[in-house]
Amino acid sequence: MSQSKLPSALKIGISRGFLEVKQFMRQRESVVFTLLFPVLLLLIFGSVFKDEIAPGVTFSQYFVAGMIASGLVNTGFQQLAITIPMERDDGTLKRLRGTPAPASSYFIGKIILVFVSMSIQVILLLIFGVLLYGIALPSDSAHWITFIWVMLLGLISSTLLGIAFSSVPKSGRGASAVVSPIVIILQFFSGVFFVFTQLPSWMQNFAAIFPLKWLTQGMRAVFLPDSFAAQEVAGSWELGKIALFLGIWSIAGFFLALKTFRWEK
Amino acid sequence: MSSTSSAIEVHGLLKSYPNHVAVAGIDLEVKSGEIFALLGPNGAGKTTTVEILEGYRSRDGGSISVLGVDPANTDLRAWRDRIGIVLQSTKDAADLTVEEAISHFAGYYSNPKDVDQVITAVGLSEKRKAKGEQLSGGQRRRLDVALGILGNPELLFLDEPTTGFDPEARRAFWDLIRQLKNDGTTILMTTHYLDEAEALADRLAVMTNGKILEVSTPALLGGRARAKARVSWSENGKSNLELTDSPTQFVNQLSSRIDGEIQDLSVTRPNLEDIYLEMIGEKV
Repeated sequence: MSQSKLPSALKIGISRGFLEVKQFMRQRESVVFTLLFPVLLLLIFGSVFKDEIAPGVTFSQYFVAGMIASGLVNTGFQQLAITIPMERDDGTLKRLRGTPAPASSYFIGKIILVFVSMSIQVILLLIFGVLLYGIALPSDSAHWITFIWVMLLGLISSTLLGIAFSSVPKSGRGASAVVSPIVIILQFFSGVFFVFTQLPSWMQNFAAIFPLKWLTQGMRAVFLPDSFAAQEVAGSWELGKIALFLGIWSIAGFFLALKTFRWEK
Repeated sequence: MSSTSSAIEVHGLLKSYPNHVAVAGIDLEVKSGEIFALLGPNGAGKTTTVEILEGYRSRDGGSISVLGVDPANTDLRAWRDRIGIVLQSTKDAADLTVEEAISHFAGYYSNPKDVDQVITAVGLSEKRKAKGEQLSGGQRRRLDVALGILGNPELLFLDEPTTGFDPEARRAFWDLIRQLKNDGTTILMTTHYLDEAEALADRLAVMTNGKILEVSTPALLGGRARAKARVSWSENGKSNLELTDSPTQFVNQLSSRIDGEIQDLSVTRPNLEDIYLEMIGEKV
C-alpha cells in the first residue's frame, strides 16, 4: 500500500474550485448570461425608469442594490440547482464518487466558483452603477462591513440552498424549467424590479420568508442614503433581522444539502 | 499489499429492484493479480453486480469483501484510493483537455502515477492538448482508462471498456490491459465481446437473469474442450457437415474416398462465442 497520505478534502476542494472556474470561463454562453445579464438588466431598467423614488434616490440606484442581491441568488441558487443535475446526468458526479474525493470537496469547489463569479458580477454592476447612474459607494467602514457580511451570508445560504434544491429536478434538461420560475417570482416579490413597499402586503409577507427579500434590504442599507431607511417597511434597515434570517437559511441550507444531495439519478 | 490471495470475495449477493431481481444470490471470487471477465446479455445483472462492488450501490443481502473491505460500511476514501473505476460511457469533462483532466484527477490520490507516463501509456500523447469533446469514441475511452489507472490501483474495474473501438484500437487497448496485469493490477471487467474475454481473461463467469451459470477459463467454458469438431466440405455440388470427436481420422477417410482436393474443406471447434450463445440459450 502507499506510504503517502491522501490529500485533504480542502486541498482537493480548492483544486476543484480552480477547475470549475476554468470550465465556467470556457462556456461562453454561460459567461455572458451570468456575468453580463445583470448589467444588461440594469441598462434596460435604468433607461426606462428615470424617476426618483425618494428625494435624492433614483430607481436605478434602488435597482443596483436589488441586482447585487439577486445576483447572489442567480449565481448561487439558480446556477447550482441547474448545473448540478446536469453534472449528475453527464457522469461528472459519478466519476467523482469513484475517486477518493469526498462530497465536501465538490461543495468547496462550487462555493469557490460562486464566489468568483459573484465577485465579477458585483464589480461590473458597481462600475456601471457608478458611471451611468451615479451610485454613491459607501465612504465609511461600517457600510463596507455590512456589505461584506450580507454578501457572505447571501453567498453561503444561496450556495447551500442551490445544492439542496439540485435534488428536485429529475434531469439536467428539465432543471432550468423548474428552477428559473421560482427565482423570477422571488425577484418580483422581493422588490428587485419594483419598490418593495409599493407591493401588496401579502406579497411582502410571502417574500419575507425567503432570503432574497432580506438580501435586497441589506444591499439597500449599503448603497442607498441612510435617509431612505425611513421608507422601508419597518422604518429602518433591520440589520439584525437580516442577519438572523440569512443565518437561519444558511443553517437550514447546510442540513438540507447534506440530507438531500444525490450523486446519481 | 493485502495478504489475502483474493481481491474480491462475494457470497450470496442479492439485489432487488421494485419490479425485478437484479442479482439473485451469486458467489464470486476474483484472485489477486488475475483478469476476470464477467459476461452476460444486457440485463443479466453484470453492471449492478459491479456497481455494488465499486461501492456505488447498496445490496439487499450477502457478504462482500473488496480488497479486504466491505464497500458498504467503511471509510471509502482510503479504500477508493486503492481502486480504479472505468465506467461504462461517460461524457463529463468535455471542456477540459486530456492533460488538464489527468493532472487534475492525479491530485485526488495519495500515490498517483506520473501524468506524462499515463498519457503515453494510453496512447494519447498526440491528443494531450485536445479537449474531451474533440476526442473520438476510442480516444475518449482511453481517457477514461487513464483516469481509472491514475491512482495506481490495486484493483481496476472495467465496464465494457472497448465498446465502439475499431479493431486496431482494440488491440492497442488489450496490450495496455496486459501491461497493467503484468504490473500486478487485478482487473475485473465486463464485456460483450467474446474475443476480448478470450484474449484477456484468465477466468470468466457467465451471468444471466441475476445468476452465475458457470465460472471457468476461456478454454474450458461450457465443455468447450470436449466439444465435437465440425468438419464441413462440398461433394457433388452439395455441402456436408459432420460433428466428430476424431476429425483427423474423418478427414483421412474423406481424402481416400475423394480424388484430389476436398472442396470447401474446413475443420472448426466451436469458438467461445458459440459456446456462450448456447449457454445463454440462443441459437447459434
